[in-house]
Amino acid sequence: MKMAMTTTVPAKRYSNSTYRTIKRMKALGLYAGVAAVLVYMLFPYYWAIVSSTKSGQALYQFSLVPSLDFSNYWQLFHNPVFMGALVNSGLVAFASTMISLVIGILAAYALGRLQLSPGRIILIAVLMISIFPQVVVLSGMFEVIGWLGLYNRPSALIVSYLILTLPFTTWILTSFIRDLPTELEEAALIDGCSRLRVLTHVLLPLMGPAIASAGLLSFILAWNEFLFALTFILTDENRTVPVAIGLLTGSSRYEYPFGQIMAASVTVTLPLLVLVLIFQRKIVAGLTSGAVKG
Amino acid sequence: MASVTLKNVSKAFGAYDVIRSINLEIEDGEFMVFVGPSGCGKSTLLRLIAGLVPVSEGDVFIGGEQVTDVPASKRGLAFVFQSYALYPHMNVSRNISFALETARLGKDEIRRRVTKVAEMLKISHLLDRRPRQLSGGQRQRVAIGRALVGEPEVFLFDEPLSNLDADLRMEMRFEIVKLHGDVKTTMIYVTHDQTEAMTLADRIVILNQGRIEQVGRPRELYDRPANRFVAGFLGSPRMNFAPLDRAASSAGVLRGVGGFYHAAELAGAENPTEIGLRPEALKLVSAETKGAICGTFERMEDLGYEYVCYVRLSETLVWTVRSTGRPPAFTEGQPVGLGWQPESLYLFGEDGRRIDHDSAVQLASGASL
Repeated sequence: MKMAMTTTVPAKRYSNSTYRTIKRMKALGLYAGVAAVLVYMLFPYYWAIVSSTKSGQALYQFSLVPSLDFSNYWQLFHNPVFMGALVNSGLVAFASTMISLVIGILAAYALGRLQLSPGRIILIAVLMISIFPQVVVLSGMFEVIGWLGLYNRPSALIVSYLILTLPFTTWILTSFIRDLPTELEEAALIDGCSRLRVLTHVLLPLMGPAIASAGLLSFILAWNEFLFALTFILTDENRTVPVAIGLLTGSSRYEYPFGQIMAASVTVTLPLLVLVLIFQRKIVAGLTSGAVKG
Repeated sequence: MASVTLKNVSKAFGAYDVIRSINLEIEDGEFMVFVGPSGCGKSTLLRLIAGLVPVSEGDVFIGGEQVTDVPASKRGLAFVFQSYALYPHMNVSRNISFALETARLGKDEIRRRVTKVAEMLKISHLLDRRPRQLSGGQRQRVAIGRALVGEPEVFLFDEPLSNLDADLRMEMRFEIVKLHGDVKTTMIYVTHDQTEAMTLADRIVILNQGRIEQVGRPRELYDRPANRFVAGFLGSPRMNFAPLDRAASSAGVLRGVGGFYHAAELAGAENPTEIGLRPEALKLVSAETKGAICGTFERMEDLGYEYVCYVRLSETLVWTVRSTGRPPAFTEGQPVGLGWQPESLYLFGEDGRRIDHDSAVQLASGASL
């Protein structure tokens, strides 16, 4: 190396190949980390799939390869309690998601756009509500459900799930509405729209991504909920899936139906996977591009 | 078509006064431009007229009718936004027809009107496109089309050209003038660009800190500004100002930075505290010229057709001179004189108001610097 030219480069530096190696090492490290996390997250689910295809003695043998015996699933699908619970879960999750979306959209428009002076306080109150642990609300909620005469009915779950889903639905939608350009709404007002028409014809079509993600999250929450479902429902025919799985029994009281429980777990996860795959296409940003200067 | 009248209109956001008691009459069919520095309240004033922002005090009349509490949708106005605010999920045709759909007009009538407007603005071939597939100029046309289709009584424009590049801006400016000639509707146009204000307006309203500084025809504002603010706001480069040394001044001879400004027969007893001269009213002359304001040459910007010279009069004061033709050969730091004609001298009083003076100002002979 010639020393004469180094005066313009005061800081010490390595050769190009060193930096290239460092770059490669970093990429390698990143992928290794991602792989580790993926294995950690996905293995339990894979193990459930593997176990669900085994029955009897096979369950006690360690094997990572599924044995493709679907008798557990066959039994499960002929279990009227489980299939009833599946239908109940779908209804409850769908209804509570729809209700919380409708209320959430209206609330978000009011809180995000209209210049309400108590808006901030309401938003903070909503946030506080979503912080409460479920157990704290449980006994009070039990009274309310009894008072409404909804005890041991799926509608009890629809009502009670609103206190879980509505706060974050409102929050997600409020922040999304705030990010939409005000001028769009002013343009619609000038075009003669009422507030409701502004919401349904201008804002709502643009809120697709937010509605999809808020709806998806609230569906998952309602689908997976256990505590309320266990407390407010008494009889088998009104149960939802998470509780039904927990109460699955074998042919005798001494048999723990591990294979069937695994099969049920897998079955219950599938609808969520399908929903996520459908809606991830909807969750694309950039729908608002072109509205304002590009 | 309608006139617009504002009576004592004020707007405060919390404790912050944005518009302070504005009275203004805009005549039927007039092209009125609101201009002012950013934050002067011009856009807010436009939104008050539109009804998008409620007034805190005062009354708004459109076509002689009180509309202060009438919602924006019922005021019979159209608004063209700076960002165009086209509905991104609708194609151009629906963007234009949305107001008509909202008003529940018949399908044939809607189609007829949209076709007419599209032809007028030469956007017929774009009707099926989405806003994001359009260029800036095309979006601008669609926004204007959306405003036109409702056949409004008043058009409101909020800096509609500020998002366009220079060439397109000039073209659209020309088209807006033509549009006004065609539809002859009252138009109110907000801009911060004084070129737009000067070229478009029948009359200009100059706003500053929520108050009207002056209302008048462009030429009137340029030639006879009411005060120092208006004088400094219109014109590019801006007017040169210099404070006067009152103690050393006497009737007929004003003394200030750069020497004497000889002006006789000042009207009224008011004492001017400041003078103003537009850059194009000044001429670079040699430092020894009698009656010239003296300074040192600082730098020159040659713009081809014209040139702008910067001349330092004192530590803190640099004046600009604008002229056309070949730039003179001065070097930095060289003493130069600034020649000027007495009739182009502006005098301002202590409160910033312009003081009328007889333009027959005498140049005192033999004045030394």
